[in-house]
This record gives sequence, C-alpha cells and structure tokens, in this order.
Amino acid sequence: MPVFLRRTSALLLRQYYLLRGSPARIVPLFSWVAIDIILWGFITRYLNSVSGARFNFVPAMLGAVLLWDFMARVMQGITTAFLEDVWSRNFLNLFASPLSVSEYLGGLVLSSIATSAIGLVVMVALATLVFGLSFFVYGAMLAAFLLVLFLFGISLGIFGSALVLRFGPAAEWFIWPIPAFISPLACVFYPLSTLPHWMQWLARIIPPSYVFEGMRQILSRQTGASPQAAHAIAVAPLLIGSVLALVYLLGMARAFTGVYRHAVRTGLIARYSAETVS
Amino acid sequence: MPRPILSVSHLCKQYGDIVAVDGLSFAVGPHEILGLLGPNGAGKTTTINMILGVLEPTSGSITIDGCDLAKRRRQALGRTNFAAVYAPLPGNLTVAQNLRVFGMLYAVPHLRDRIETILRDFDLLRFRNTKCGVLSSGEQTRVALAKAMLNQPRLLLLDEPTASLDPSIAREIRATIRQLAERTGVGVLWTSHNMIEVAEVCHRVLFLSHGKILLEGDPRTLPADNGHQTLEDLFVAVAREPLTIRNLQEEA
Repeated sequence: MPVFLRRTSALLLRQYYLLRGSPARIVPLFSWVAIDIILWGFITRYLNSVSGARFNFVPAMLGAVLLWDFMARVMQGITTAFLEDVWSRNFLNLFASPLSVSEYLGGLVLSSIATSAIGLVVMVALATLVFGLSFFVYGAMLAAFLLVLFLFGISLGIFGSALVLRFGPAAEWFIWPIPAFISPLACVFYPLSTLPHWMQWLARIIPPSYVFEGMRQILSRQTGASPQAAHAIAVAPLLIGSVLALVYLLGMARAFTGVYRHAVRTGLIARYSAETVS
Repeated sequence: MPRPILSVSHLCKQYGDIVAVDGLSFAVGPHEILGLLGPNGAGKTTTINMILGVLEPTSGSITIDGCDLAKRRRQALGRTNFAAVYAPLPGNLTVAQNLRVFGMLYAVPHLRDRIETILRDFDLLRFRNTKCGVLSSGEQTRVALAKAMLNQPRLLLLDEPTASLDPSIAREIRATIRQLAERTGVGVLWTSHNMIEVAEVCHRVLFLSHGKILLEGDPRTLPADNGHQTLEDLFVAVAREPLTIRNLQEEA
C-alpha cells in the first residue's frame, strides 16, 4: 500500500476503532437522519393528501430533505473526526509524525465517506420502503446531485475544522449551525426565484442551490417532456454547481493549510488544548 | 567522528519582543543521551517542539540524521519520535489500537510483528486490549514510550518521561532507555527536573537559561567544575543567578 494511502487509512482506522468501541458514537450516525426522514415523510404524506393528485410532494420535499441531510452528514463526518483529535488532545502526536496536512485532510474525508454512507443508506431505505420515494425520478442525475453536495459538504467540514483550529476548541459551537445558516440560500424547499433579488445573488454562489433547482426542474418538466429532456435541462446548472463546489473545496483546503501554518508559526499546535487558544 | 543524529544550528524562536530560544547550537551523537536542563521558561519545550516540526523557528536550522527538517520534513520526522507527559495517546483507544494507528502513520514495516515485540519489550502484553485512558499514569508513560520506539527512531525526544512515575518504574524506564541507546544507537534528547535521574542517565547535559546555553558538560563533573556539590545545587544556582554563572564561566 502506498505510504500516502497508509497514513490516510490510519485516520480511517482510528475512526473505525472509535465507532466499534462506543455505541454512543454509532447511534447519531443514523438516528437524526432517520428522525428527519420519518418526520418529513409524514409531512409529505399529509401534503399529498390535502393537495390531491396535482403535485407529488414526496420526491420534491422528502428527496430534498434526504439530499440536504446527506450534505450535512458529510460535513459532520469531517468535523467529528477532526474534533476527536481536539477532544483527545492528539494534535501534537499527529503533527509531530510524518503525516502531512493533505494526508490528514484525506483521512478526514475517508472517515466522512464511511460515516455519511451509513446515514445515506438508512435514509434511502426509510424513504423508499416506508414513504415510497422513487429515485428513478431523478435518473442518473442523482449521482451528480450527490457528488456536488458531497464536495460542498467536505468544503464546509474543512472550513469548520479550520475555524476550530484557528480559534480554539470553544469555536466548536460555530460548526454545528453552519448548515442551518446556509439552508435559506440553498433553496432546499423553494425555487430560487422565491428569494428577494439580493438574496438570489448570494444563493447563486452556493453550490447546493444548483442541485435543488436542478432537482425541481427535473420534477416539474417530467409531466410534459420525456425524462431525457427533463434531465438535460438540469445539466447546465449542475455543471456550474460542480465547478463552484470544486472551487470551494480547493479554497477551504487552502484555508485549512494556511491556518495550520499559522498554528505552526505561532506554536498553537504545540499547546493546543481546551480553551487555551485565543 | 560519526555523523550526529541531531544537529541544531543557531536556532532562534521569537514571539514578538520575547525571545524564547536565542541562537542554540548543539548536536546529539549516536548512542548519546543528552540532557536538556533549565528552569521553567528556559526554552526546553520550545526547542523540543521546533525539533518535532510543530513550531517553526524564527531562524536557524535543524538536521535529523542528515535530513534538513525545513526541507525534508517527512523524512526527518520519520526518523524521529517522542514521548511527553503533556502529549498522552488518545485515551479512547486501546493500547494495541493506538500502536497500530501510529505505526501506520510512521509507515512501520511488518507492523503486526513490531507491535508484538514492542508490547513485550515494554511489558504491555496484558494491557493490549485496555483503553489507554484507564491505565495508571505509569502505564500510560510506558505506552507513550512504546509508541515512541515503534518506528525504531534514530532520534528520540523525551520531555520529562518519568515525571509521573514511582521510583521503581522510573528506574526501569531509565535502564530501558540506556539499553536502547547502547543497543540501537538511537540518539536521545532528554529533559527532566530530576537531577539525580539526569546524572544517572545522561552522558552530557546542556543548561539553558533565557533560551541560551549557559553550561555544557558531563553531569558527573559539571557541578564540581562550577563550584557546586551536586547537579541539583548547580541547577538552583542557574535558576537563581544565571548571569553570575555565565560571568564565572567567561572568567574561567
């Protein structure tokens, strides 16, 4: 196994050991997303019953909840793996080893893939088996939706980790509300045109807005056009969303590296412990 | 003369107006245990952190086994390891799990066999599946030392390794480190406030004060050379009146 892969796998293995040794860490991986899907599943059922057959809320709302929760899980997969090192005061041990920053971030991403996949499987199982959500509606575009949200979730996770590295363990409280802050601009449940003009500009620089706009385009056009034509409409915005997500990812990785270098210059890494960083 | 394992040249670290380390130059040879002594705030841990690559020097260079730390960080740190009381291994992993994770980070070949050997060497076989967080401080120190020897480093940095140990275990650890240095050729940089320990284990000591080397020599002869009976007396004198000591040295 190449050395780069061995070092990044070490962090994944660490996460696996932590999960295996503590059920308290496993339950949150699927419990919150399961609650979300159940709650929104019943809401969409109710909305379908009061609106008649005019509009199917299941793919529009439950699908949106599933995708949004997936992105939040990816972000939390990164930040939780990072916070494990904060909580166990492990930075000195890690960064005094030959581990590089890119390998460290790679390890966080691998951990996030593993943990968010568990959440995704549970969400998909519940949404399809209990509430009849069919992913055939989105077709192959579903993979593109997930990819954009995955990349953006990784970016947010790295951003949150950089915040904590820079401002200390107490900055952990900045991390958790990040998805909530972004959600109005991500247009998860409503079209971008609903927002005031100035907010639309902000929404256009947030990659998830392209995903949810694309998703709604597919759903709204499917009744009148062929599925292929409906999917083709969503390709252009998704391309923009993908490019934006990549830009965010590279930018956040660079920001994390910058914060790490600052921490090495000022000695923060060496004396990083609870509440000591300001 | 063999190539030094650690070579520190004109090392400086400045935080704004405060000079933590001021032009340190020293070397650690193979098989050598060098004691880095000095009162709190003398610059010992700052120096160790710079050698570990977690603190960037303001100026100067560090070479580990022929690798310049600034230019070949990965190679240099791959040949180094450390144990310090303030850097315990994650308490939520077992001893074996920690050794496996760090073994992978240091790319240790034949890791499974190496872990078995190191568990045996440090008498940790019965704690293999115990979480590090529930071990006594002495046992945790042994685990930290086991991790420090996992990659068979050329340079070992030990920052107060016996600080939390009872005298019998501390003696065992000192004997183990001495044997390792003799057998494997590892160079050791050792900081401690226990002067009896330093006199027993170190081949040579450096006294730091205000980030500078004040005195250097054999811990068994250095006190007498400077008009003191014991190493501890000399330490107290350095801590109280470093300038007087320096003047005496310069006159001599």
